[in-house]
Amino acid sequence: MSKDETLGEALRRQGISRRGFLKFCAATASMMALPPSMVPAIAAALEKVRRPSVIWLSFQECTGCTESLTRSHSPTVEGLIFDTISLDYHHTLQAASGSAAEAAREAAMEENYGKYILVVDGSIPTANPGYSTIAGISNQSMLQETAKGAAAIVSVGTCAAYGGIPHANPNPTGAVSVSDLIRDKPIINVPGCPPIPVVITGVLAHFLTFGSIPELDEIGRPKVFYGKSIHDRCYRRPFYDKGLFAETFDDEGAKKGWCLYKLGCKGPTTYNACATTKWNEGTSFPIEAGHPCLGCSEPDFWDGGGFYKALSMPTENIARTAVYAIGAGAAAGVALGALNRMKKKRVEKAHEKVTINDLEKDG
Amino acid sequence: MSCMTDTDTLKAGTGESLTHNVQPLLHEIRHALVKLLDDGRNTVIDLRSMPLAPGEEQTLLDELGHGEVYARLHALGPTEIVETHYPGVWVVVHSNNENEVIGKFIEVCDIPDLLRSQQEDIRQGLEQLQAQLA
Repeated sequence: MSKDETLGEALRRQGISRRGFLKFCAATASMMALPPSMVPAIAAALEKVRRPSVIWLSFQECTGCTESLTRSHSPTVEGLIFDTISLDYHHTLQAASGSAAEAAREAAMEENYGKYILVVDGSIPTANPGYSTIAGISNQSMLQETAKGAAAIVSVGTCAAYGGIPHANPNPTGAVSVSDLIRDKPIINVPGCPPIPVVITGVLAHFLTFGSIPELDEIGRPKVFYGKSIHDRCYRRPFYDKGLFAETFDDEGAKKGWCLYKLGCKGPTTYNACATTKWNEGTSFPIEAGHPCLGCSEPDFWDGGGFYKALSMPTENIARTAVYAIGAGAAAGVALGALNRMKKKRVEKAHEKVTINDLEKDG
Repeated sequence: MSCMTDTDTLKAGTGESLTHNVQPLLHEIRHALVKLLDDGRNTVIDLRSMPLAPGEEQTLLDELGHGEVYARLHALGPTEIVETHYPGVWVVVHSNNENEVIGKFIEVCDIPDLLRSQQEDIRQGLEQLQAQLA
């Protein structure tokens, strides 16, 4: 696809029918978590899209985010979106290296100044510029130089979005996120360790379709994917509501698929699309495989006090709370609820484990 | 802590309504059918946006059953379009060229749009036929 050709023209040139294009748009709407009623608008917008330039910078990272995306680079909807962009620089994927690769980046920046999308994975070390360099250029210099001409920046993965694992205590490299260094550009955070591939491409598709960034939450994540907690959309939620929990990984509760809250599930405080979009072509997600959510799309998830440590004891829908409320009257019940909520917030802040005995003391 | 009994136990992976989403979805489909009959408005439900438990999607599809129409398209990979036991309720499953499912919808309408020949395709086909006859 040449830079002047629209997506609609490119698809027709490849022999893809209008019917195929509408199917592509229906799957794209689903991928962007938009209602199916938006399909005609998406079709009209995507038809006219011209190939945008994308520069992808990888800093302190494990390449898991790129792996996540390239796993989806088969002849899929995501693949078509990927084909629609002009990936002008990605030092892991491109054949060129060293000064030749840097020349490609500089050429793409110059040719598309003010229009290209900058994708970043990995955090940026600030304690010493020598901790991570590409072709002798420090990560911080490369980010600041490349960000200048970008239309928007997509921080892919928790490392780029919030510092991630390199930022974990004691943070020996002084790792920071993209938004810690760049303040004058629209930044979309797509956290996750790694992020779900269709969420990465969904964000790119949104930008291609509407020419603007999606609505973001208070920490820069697109609300369409990160607007609900894992807990809210978890199929095990009814067990939480009934007070049915697995206490160990091999007890009866675990075998019956009960809630993993007491085994450290961070679903209640984690916002991501895993519970609905799922992984591996929509097959499953960690909780469905019997493992608690680690909370990998949240800032500082690595320092969250232990993956298998419960956030706190749940305070709602538990028979004990109801008994207190009935026994001591509604006012006392309300007071207990308020105390529990305060305690829960305190504990979440300090990452301290709360036992049922603690709750009894509060009562 | 609430008392755990066998009746409280919801079976994972057996298709029973863990999230209780099957029944509300069937009601949503019922409302959509009323809307279709009353004023011709179509409804599309994206099954990938639902927090369905293992087995629940199959339970829903089993409840809807199969009707008189089964169509298979080949456009950017196969798409299966099945009219369910309830006329006007269609299950549309899009796959890519590697047969991976990329979208799954319930459409409540007279006929899903994808089954119709599209204007652009008709025009292109006409040009090809004219060229062949010239």
